[in-house]
Amino acid sequence: MRKVLILVAALGFAGSAAAADIGLIKVAKGSVEIQRGASKLPAKVGTGVQISDVVVTGKDGSAGITFTDNSLVSVGPNSVFSVEKYSFDSTTHAGQFEGNLRQGRLAAVSGKMVKQSPESMKIRTPSAIMGVRGTEFVVQVDEPKR
Amino acid sequence: MLRLVALFLAAIVAAGCACKAPVTPALFVVVPSSDGHVGKIVVTHGAETRVIDKPWSGQRVTGDGTIEAAKDSEEEVRKAFGTTLSALPGRPTSFMLYFLEGKDELTPESREELDKVFAELKRRPLPDIVVIGHTDSVGGLTYNDKLSLARAERMREMMVGLGIPEERVQAAGRGKRELLVPTEDNISEPRNRRVEINVR
Repeated sequence: MRKVLILVAALGFAGSAAAADIGLIKVAKGSVEIQRGASKLPAKVGTGVQISDVVVTGKDGSAGITFTDNSLVSVGPNSVFSVEKYSFDSTTHAGQFEGNLRQGRLAAVSGKMVKQSPESMKIRTPSAIMGVRGTEFVVQVDEPKR
Repeated sequence: MLRLVALFLAAIVAAGCACKAPVTPALFVVVPSSDGHVGKIVVTHGAETRVIDKPWSGQRVTGDGTIEAAKDSEEEVRKAFGTTLSALPGRPTSFMLYFLEGKDELTPESREELDKVFAELKRRPLPDIVVIGHTDSVGGLTYNDKLSLARAERMREMMVGLGIPEERVQAAGRGKRELLVPTEDNISEPRNRRVEINVR
C-alpha cells in the first residue's frame, strides 16, 4: 500500500514541473539522445534537461550536464541515465535529486543541495541506491549475468 | 497513467521474486575533488549499507548479489571512467577583480589577472556568467549603486567583446550593501571595490 502512495505522489510532482529545465547539457560527444515521454531528441550543447528525461548515449557517446544547484553529472558510452526527482530552492538551498543509472557509467560532483542537507542527492542503480554526503564519485553498472 | 502502471508492475515483479534473480552488478567509487577534498557516499544494497569515504576506494555489488570492497586501483578506475570523467562540465567557480577608487577601471594587478579569468570563461562551451559589482562605503547609496553596476557592466561589455554571447552574461550592482570587509560608512577600502564573477 505504501508503495502505491509514494508512486502517486512522485507522479504528481513530475507532472507539475514538467516544462521547467532543471539542467543543461554542457558537453555532448558522439551519439547522445534525450528521451522525453514518447519523443526522442538529439542532445546538443545547450539542450535543457527536464525531470523524467532519459539520457541515452551510444557506444561513442558521452554527455555532461550541469544542474541548477551546481551539481554536475556526466555519463559515458552505452549509458542510460534518468533524473526521476529534482527540486531545488535557490534561496534555502533545500532540494532533492534522485538519479537512476540503469546502464553504463556515471561521474558526478554534488552541488549546493548536498552541502545544505547531506544525502538529498541519491543515485539508484538496478541493484543498489547511493546517498551522497558531498564529494565526487563515479558509478558503473554492468550487464547482469545470464 | 501508463507510467504508473509500468512502475507498479516493475515493483510487483521485483517484490514477487524472492528467488535468486540475476543481480545487476554495480561499482561505486569516491573520487577526490580537484582541491583534494574527499567526501562521502553511502551505498545501500538490500539490507546492507556501506560508507565510502576514502579517495579511490569503492564498493562493488556482484552478480551473485553480494556487496564487497572494490579492489580496483586508481589507475583502473581512471581508465574505466576516462571518457566519463572527461565529459564532466567545468566546475562552477568564481573570480574577484578589484577597481580603482570611484572608478569602473581595474587596478593594475587585476588588469593583469583579467586575461587568466577570461581564458577560463572562454574554455567553457556554454557558460552561465553572473557579474556582481560592489563598492566601498564612500558616498551615498544611489552613487554606489550606480558605480557598482557600472563596474559590472564594464566587465560584461568586455566579455561580450571577447565573443561570449550576450545572453550568457548577467550584470548586477549591489552598491555598498555587501561589503567584503565590514567598515563604518564613508571608509575607503580597496578590498570592497570589486566585482565578483560567478561562472557555471
